[in-house]
Amino acid sequence: MPEFGPNQFVFLLHGAVWTIALSVLSLVIGAVFAFVVALCRISGSRTVRAISAIYVQAIQGTPLMVLMLISYFGLNILGVDVPALVGATIAMTLYVSAFLGEVWRGSLLSIPRTQWEASECLGHSRAARMRHIILPQAVKISIPPTVTFMVQIVKNTSLASIIGFVELTQAGKLVNNSTFQPFVCFLCVAALYFAVCYPISLWGRHLEKQYNVVR
Amino acid sequence: MAYEFDFSFLADHWPRLLQGLWLTLAMSGLSTVLGFLIGVTGAIASRYGSPAARRVAYVYVEVVRNTPLLVQVFLLYFGLSSIGLRLPVFATAVIALSINIGAYSTEIIRAGIESIAPGQIEAAECLGMSQSQIILRIVLQPALERVFPALTSQYVLLMLATSVTSQISAEELTGIGNLIQSETFRSFEVYGIVALCYIALSLVVRAGLFGFGLLAFPRRRRLGTDL
Amino acid sequence: MLSAETGTTTPGTIVSLRGVHKSFGDVEVLRGLDLDVRMGEVIALLGRSGSGKSTALRCINGLEKIQRGTITVCGHEVARMGRDLRPLRKDVGIVFQSYNLFPHLTVEQNVTISPKLVKGVDAKTASLLAADTLARVGLLDKRDAYPEQLSGGQQQRVAIARALAMEPKVMLFDEVTSALDPELTGEVLRAMERLARDGMTMIVVTHEVAFARKVADRVVFMYRGQIRETGPASLLDTPQTDELKQFLEHDL
Ligand SMILES: Nc1ncnc2c1ncn2[C@@H]1O[C@H](COP(=O)(O)OP(=O)(O)O)[C@@H](O)[C@H]1O
Ligand SMILES: [Mg+2]
Repeated sequence: MPEFGPNQFVFLLHGAVWTIALSVLSLVIGAVFAFVVALCRISGSRTVRAISAIYVQAIQGTPLMVLMLISYFGLNILGVDVPALVGATIAMTLYVSAFLGEVWRGSLLSIPRTQWEASECLGHSRAARMRHIILPQAVKISIPPTVTFMVQIVKNTSLASIIGFVELTQAGKLVNNSTFQPFVCFLCVAALYFAVCYPISLWGRHLEKQYNVVR
Repeated sequence: MAYEFDFSFLADHWPRLLQGLWLTLAMSGLSTVLGFLIGVTGAIASRYGSPAARRVAYVYVEVVRNTPLLVQVFLLYFGLSSIGLRLPVFATAVIALSINIGAYSTEIIRAGIESIAPGQIEAAECLGMSQSQIILRIVLQPALERVFPALTSQYVLLMLATSVTSQISAEELTGIGNLIQSETFRSFEVYGIVALCYIALSLVVRAGLFGFGLLAFPRRRRLGTDL
Repeated sequence: MLSAETGTTTPGTIVSLRGVHKSFGDVEVLRGLDLDVRMGEVIALLGRSGSGKSTALRCINGLEKIQRGTITVCGHEVARMGRDLRPLRKDVGIVFQSYNLFPHLTVEQNVTISPKLVKGVDAKTASLLAADTLARVGLLDKRDAYPEQLSGGQQQRVAIARALAMEPKVMLFDEVTSALDPELTGEVLRAMERLARDGMTMIVVTHEVAFARKVADRVVFMYRGQIRETGPASLLDTPQTDELKQFLEHDL
């Protein structure tokens, strides 16, 4: 039986690279959908608002782990034999769209009513108003909570392990299965997650403070 | 190649799903209570404790919040058994979940404590209250009332997060789903039903906590406003 | 009622400050303050903003530590009390400009919490006590309301009742009407006037000259951390020093 050594650690590092890759992928693709969700949630149409509210409620009410299973097996029934990375990305995208979408909706709504009205009086179209008046302000407000949410994304990619995607946690499981040294192995895994997440947390907190001072 | 949905497994397996549902509720309920107690202790320690106590609280919160729950669960489960300590799966799960939610509770409650105006504390001092009376009656009570919505959201997330304990073969809702799935091969339908159960549970837990908030905070019950 | 260690003060003196010095860092805020207050006396403490009035009150009930001098209140020598100031706090009530009611408690609970916790008064007695003190500030009908449901003037009167419920021997008031609209100021001042008539010893920091004239037994004018002038309320009509003259003409 192999001891936990440099080779194992390098294997974990490879996993960590995939964790980061999946995180970036989820953030980028998820952000697009999150933006759509945020807009739908404050849409002028009652139907759109209701449907998007139900969507958010459903995704936020389902464990990400179950979302992973559904998207993975769901693709399989469609007959497409997809790599685990695709299944994981889809589940993460659903997750990010609902949670980050709500965060961004909050940012949009925190723009004072008067700003919306002022630009309406200037005769701007809804789209122009959004683009030139509301968005620039909302983006600024949304940066700190978005950074903080990135920590959630990184941590939650660990759930991709259950559909066999070899990211950091799955790599840890594999190493543990061969070495039977769970303490060393999972402590290393935890330390690697911490090394990625803690700086992001500090960054987010720093941005929040900065934002509060400016305000 | 049209896929035919088949929910017939429900006829045989619904009692097991119900059992899994109960286990999910029991697990999250117990962890929530324990985690809340840890949170109150941690928040008081990090606000009023000695420098050493504050450091410990800080490290605890940061380590837990910056590592995945799944890894924490594995560390506890495989770690404990590797040193010959074999706890029941349920106990292991509850310990891991409590440690996890305790850190989030600490952070939230600490923010609540910090939001209490210094003038409140000064007023209580001038009325002759002792330090511990002030912390419990003048600071902690309104702080908890103020952060109760944030705690509620966190506890709903915890209920959903109990699903990761299926990975150490706890037979809660997701674990049961895995079992039924492996027997019936109706994966999509099984997990779809499981998802619906969670959505229902999250509504129930949210409503339950809302009701609890009304019981625990008479001001909120009377005025219906946030503090 | 005064203990032996306060022998330097004349009998009937309940608050006594002798050569009190207080600095915040390099800033000397109280520079040798002397003041004696007799039992039942109502003192109006006047002075410009920044002259050290609040600091003086805060030193009297031990919220601030002094560097030199002595403060004796109801037989407690404040500087020598160490960390546990609770015996002092039982004898001294204070009301601030910001009411600082406990927002999670009803009016009655705001009033009863400290007698219950600090003095161990049972619930029934505490409730009677609350009824009594709330009646004295004219708010008996609001006993079940929460602070946020009350106007500023009502909240301030509850704060007075809350302090009274501890049955203090001295009450300190620090600009208790400054945050209030004129129409709400009156109700608070009337409650304080009634308290004065009932014989309470009071030190009142205020900008309400009319109130001082009517209610105060003695006016004390502070200037740069010292007492510049003191005398009966008629002093307000016949100020002796230029500083008080200027204060009465310009600074109000
Ligand atoms: N906690 C403090 N720290 C530093 N300076 C203070 C503090 N409290 C009061 N001061 C200063 O002491 C001076 C007197 O303040 P204060 O007693 O509040 O005056 P008044 O109540 O007469 O307006 C002011 O210059 C104020 O800035
Ligand atoms: Mg002042």
